Amino acid sequence: MAEVLVYVDHVDGAVRKPTLELLTLARRIGEPVAVHLGPGADTAATTLAEHGAVKVLTADAPEFADYLVAPKVDALQAAYEAVSPAAVLLPSSTEGKEIGARLAVRIGSGIITDAVDLEAGDEGPVATQSVFAASYTTKSRITKGTPVITVKPNSAAPEAAPAAGTVEQLAVTVAESSKGTKVVSRTPRESTGRPDLTEAAIVVSGGRGVNGAENFPVIEALADSLGAAVGASRAAVDAGWYPHTNQVGQTGKSVSPQLYIAAGISGAIQHRAGMQTSKTIVAINKDAEAPIFDLVDYGVVGDLFEVVPALTDEVKARKG
Amino acid sequence: MSLRIVVCVKYVPDATGDRHFAEDLTVDRDDVDGLLSELDEYAVEQALQIKEAADDDAEITVLTVGPEDANDALRKALSMGADKGVHVEDDDLHGTDALGTSLVLAKAIEKTGYDLVVCGMASTDGTMGVLPALLAERLGVPQVTQLSEVSVEGGTVKGRRDGDTATEQLEASLPAVVSVTDQSGEARYPSFKGIMAAKKKPVESLDLDDLDIEADEVGLEGAWTKVDEAAERPARTAGTIVKDEGEGGKQLAEFLAGQKFI
Ligand SMILES: Cc1cc2nc3c(=O)[nH]c(=O)nc-3n(C[C@H](O)[C@H](O)[C@H](O)COP(=O)(O)OP(=O)(O)OC[C@H]3O[C@@H](n4cnc5c(N)ncnc54)[C@H](O)[C@@H]3O)c2cc1C
Ligand SMILES: Nc1ncnc2c1ncn2[C@@H]1O[C@H](COP(=O)(O)O)[C@@H](O)[C@H]1O
Repeated sequence: MAEVLVYVDHVDGAVRKPTLELLTLARRIGEPVAVHLGPGADTAATTLAEHGAVKVLTADAPEFADYLVAPKVDALQAAYEAVSPAAVLLPSSTEGKEIGARLAVRIGSGIITDAVDLEAGDEGPVATQSVFAASYTTKSRITKGTPVITVKPNSAAPEAAPAAGTVEQLAVTVAESSKGTKVVSRTPRESTGRPDLTEAAIVVSGGRGVNGAENFPVIEALADSLGAAVGASRAAVDAGWYPHTNQVGQTGKSVSPQLYIAAGISGAIQHRAGMQTSKTIVAINKDAEAPIFDLVDYGVVGDLFEVVPALTDEVKARKG
Repeated sequence: MSLRIVVCVKYVPDATGDRHFAEDLTVDRDDVDGLLSELDEYAVEQALQIKEAADDDAEITVLTVGPEDANDALRKALSMGADKGVHVEDDDLHGTDALGTSLVLAKAIEKTGYDLVVCGMASTDGTMGVLPALLAERLGVPQVTQLSEVSVEGGTVKGRRDGDTATEQLEASLPAVVSVTDQSGEARYPSFKGIMAAKKKPVESLDLDDLDIEADEVGLEGAWTKVDEAAERPARTAGTIVKDEGEGGKQLAEFLAGQKFI
């Protein structure tokens, strides 16, 4: 069976959930071979093997952390040359897309970004994408070279599928020309203790209607009662009420949770672009004409400062 | 020595319009009004600020690859304050994918001459966000991308990249390719004077021949990706909407419980 390279997104060996989704999708087209760069390969290998990786190619070099993106392209290219895979899959993160794009140029292949589903086809993998702010669904494939495809989080449910996951060292030479962009400093983001926005099963977002940073705890309290992540519209972010890392939409995160709750958000096209593929959508807005209501499974026309706290109390009461 | 800045700007269908696919499954550009991609306004703005910080010892060329109307995008950027435009236009470009576009942009950038290339974070129609990385790869220069803050001092470009897990301070020697996000600072509005001045600024028109690119390297035929199907997403079935008369929170909880979220 043909091998499929899967680029591993991890933090010191802790594999992030989108990578497990990639392994599940990769098994539809071939045998997943994971490429793990940086520290923690042994820890990662256990998880990767549980989800179907037949092999884990690993390399660690200071250059991966000291320079932006390009050294990782060198490493992925080395893996590509070692394996001659049927496809290369990467997570649709900023870095995943950049690495994939540069690899595609180097190996003379086409690239598809932001797939939301993937199946085997007669002429290679077929990728489903959601375009024009999720108003269209397309199916595409790559017609030249080895398909390089980046996949959005929440595109598949990770499945356990135990495989060997044999760890092998990958020989990587980082080119001088790949050391162009120095990472002078790196400040890790502080954890909020809440689930990651793009991975969460439930997201509760607040918009301009929240009317001030001091009111965002109202949104956070609902999120915490449901075990949800917190999102924000760009209006709320631009006003400085909530960090940009929590922005949902075209220029923020794209989320596709089981449940999305929008409070005080009008539902502009750029916001919809980042949440329209959520399974169930709920909105609370005092304006019955707000476009967000066109999307909802359940909507409440009312003041969020009345409805949200009441909902939070009710959730807590029911959960006991 | 003057700093040569090339800003890549894309002409896109208005995102608030009703966007569709044409019969050949390329983006229908006739249906909806086009404009300079809003995200590329941030790129023009940062280029202008870099020029101002260099005491105007810089020249900004705005570059677009696109149909005849894409000239509007160049004019907008010129009216914001860029110095000159380059428009790559050729019938054979219809249907070009990201790899093809990066080839054309790279050749045009080399022909124009550059120290710094500035891009937007993503186009508002394709939303791939890969062009800047593709350009860096093709031009063989550092990529300093997705910056929420950028500055040029001497021959060095510095910037801040706010990633998912960390904030990084980056640095590279020129020549380099940068891209800036919509967090980099509001773009200025063209002044009346700027709009008038833009009419007189030079725009050079180039075709594939001028760039030594063969027709089969680009366009729909040359594309390495193929869209087989495009279906309009079915409208979501109308949901239940209730007016809060004091019970809204409870009713919502009832719904969520029914869906097994609680
Ligand atoms: C290139 C570009 C990219 C963009 N990217 C994004 C993006 O990534 N994400 C994003 O979100 N936006 C994005 N935008 C901005 C987008 O167009 C909207 O401006 C933004 O989404 C509006 O945010 P909002 O819904 O919170 O604010 P508004 O549109 O002002 O809506 C606020 C809503 O709150 C309601 N409200 C007010 N008070 C209450 C109350 N007490 N109780 C209940 N409801 C109340 C109002 O009725 C209103 O509907 C982008 C725009 C551009 C041009
Ligand atoms: N046809 C084009 N002409 C000029 N610049 C472009 C073109 N397409 C993309 N770009 C630039 O590349 C950036 C990223 O685009 P994309 O990778 O298509 O999302 C944009 O913000 C522009 O700066």
